[in-house]
Amino acid sequence: MKKTTTKSTWMLLLSVAALLALVVVLENVLDPNKNIMVFTALKKGAVYALVAVSMNLLNGFTGLFSLGQAGFMLLGAYTYAILTIPTAQRDAVYYLYNGSAVNFSLPELFGGGAFGLVLGVLLALVLGGCVAAAVAWLIGLPVLRLKSDYLAIATLGFGEIIRAVFQWDKLGPVTNGANALKNFPTFSNFNIQNAGGEVVLRLSTFVAFLLAGICVAVIVLLINSTYGRAFKAIRDDEVAAEAMGINLSKHKRLAFVISSFFAGVGGGMFAMFANQAQAKTFTTAMTYEILLIVVIGGIGSVSGSCLAAFLYVAASEWWLRFLDAETFIGGVKVPLLRNGFRMVVFSVVIMIVVLFFRRGIMGDRELPDLFRRRGKEGAAK
Amino acid sequence: MLKIENLHVSYGGIQALRGISLEVPDGKIVTLIGANGAGKSTTLRTITGLVKASSGSIQWNGEELLGKSIDKIIGLGLAMSPEGRRVFADMTVLENLRIGAYLRKDKGEIEKDVHWVYSLFPRLEERSWQLAGTLSGGEQQMLAVGRALMSRPKLMMLDEPSLGLAPLVVQDIFSIIGEINKQGVTVLLIEQNANMALKIADLAYVLETGNITMSGTGAELLANEKVREAYLGKNG
Repeated sequence: MKKTTTKSTWMLLLSVAALLALVVVLENVLDPNKNIMVFTALKKGAVYALVAVSMNLLNGFTGLFSLGQAGFMLLGAYTYAILTIPTAQRDAVYYLYNGSAVNFSLPELFGGGAFGLVLGVLLALVLGGCVAAAVAWLIGLPVLRLKSDYLAIATLGFGEIIRAVFQWDKLGPVTNGANALKNFPTFSNFNIQNAGGEVVLRLSTFVAFLLAGICVAVIVLLINSTYGRAFKAIRDDEVAAEAMGINLSKHKRLAFVISSFFAGVGGGMFAMFANQAQAKTFTTAMTYEILLIVVIGGIGSVSGSCLAAFLYVAASEWWLRFLDAETFIGGVKVPLLRNGFRMVVFSVVIMIVVLFFRRGIMGDRELPDLFRRRGKEGAAK
Repeated sequence: MLKIENLHVSYGGIQALRGISLEVPDGKIVTLIGANGAGKSTTLRTITGLVKASSGSIQWNGEELLGKSIDKIIGLGLAMSPEGRRVFADMTVLENLRIGAYLRKDKGEIEKDVHWVYSLFPRLEERSWQLAGTLSGGEQQMLAVGRALMSRPKLMMLDEPSLGLAPLVVQDIFSIIGEINKQGVTVLLIEQNANMALKIADLAYVLETGNITMSGTGAELLANEKVREAYLGKNG
């Protein structure tokens, strides 16, 4: 048994490495300026995959129906942005508030350059996660006493409050009020340039994939650990879990804090993807998008969430784009095609998907399970 | 030894236990019988800490259990198999067993105990990779007992292990309870199936509306006229 486990682990690592290599090759072979949508979808997909997996940890594996994901992403995004805007750019960004109250930038503190950029960005992302986790720890005690729908409502309210607080004018010198934070390092800062400023090696999509991949891997390790088993036990039967000696409030809070941490990191990455951080983008609608991804992928399936994130983002941003453009065929205008029609079609597609895949694309299985089960059946025959 | 003295428990305004006292000596099988609503499950749930007592004392080898958190109590060597089995339906049989050893840190010993449980319930080994929710009622009960054993308890509390099971399966479960006891585990058994319970019990208590009305050895109570009338259906 043990042998097959290590074998499948190797297979998994190998396929992940192959995927990362493919992303690098793709980005350097295809012209990003001509294929903007492909790379937008890939980057946003990677960010959404991470946030969806973090939500799945809470909703799918621990059975806590929380809808605060956008709020925690906002915390991560703002922490990341505030810590990384170059000091020279601060006056321009905070022009309404006569400069920023925070007058340092992590990449510069580490000496700038490529080394400072990598270290500063990583640290800012982790700190973003930590801020989200700390807030989750604080609100966890009162909020996690609630169950199912009531927990959902409370966390939803939390997201709205956070969004309002960050737009508060009095906090302007830190949060820039209702205005966007910008000019901080984004994924494209990781493209390697030669002395003439020409891009030699494009790594922006690769960085998004790598960061999301590492975080998802950590979550998977956690799910397969004793803690993960305790989370699943709580989901299946709280009373029995308690009778096994699992401290309910402690473990629920732990799951909540960890999920929020990765939502925070995902929020920082979302800011890197969008080139700006603004409170009004982290709406409840964003939480619903992520919930939709979790449900379509399969509640309780990590690979399902990842798969669904890319499908969802690609479909909504890229594949259905043509529906928004007015099209003429042989001089006749095609009816219905106009700005916004894409979302109508998309909603119908989602309804059809949910009707046919009642438990999501993957149910509660993982990608390797599909091969394993098939292998077992083959052996039995 | 578990010693309960003058234990009172109430749910809101309703008194579930009105000052019961009982003893569970080491190495014995003790059973608590009584009708629905007599307070049997409440007694167990109070010992594990799932329900808070209003007064009284529960001592385990001289240590007071009231006021301790559930994980502390389980950590002291008590284990409970809850009423209605309550296995973790979406986890495999093996995962269920591992969860039973949640508070233990000795990895190698845990693997040994998995084999021990499999030797007691060979059926579980066959179903090791199956989801617990797909097991039959009897198998789920075996899993619930096995899961409780995984914490290597000194005292094992079983809440109605015969509930909803076919008579043959009930006999299987009871013979295994006897076997577990022979291997040195003290058993506190709660049953409505008074006949079966009294036959294997060393000591027995009868609980009626929150009070202990009778006690004695299993054989004594089996022969007792009142018990026969009320619980063994010998009057008709």
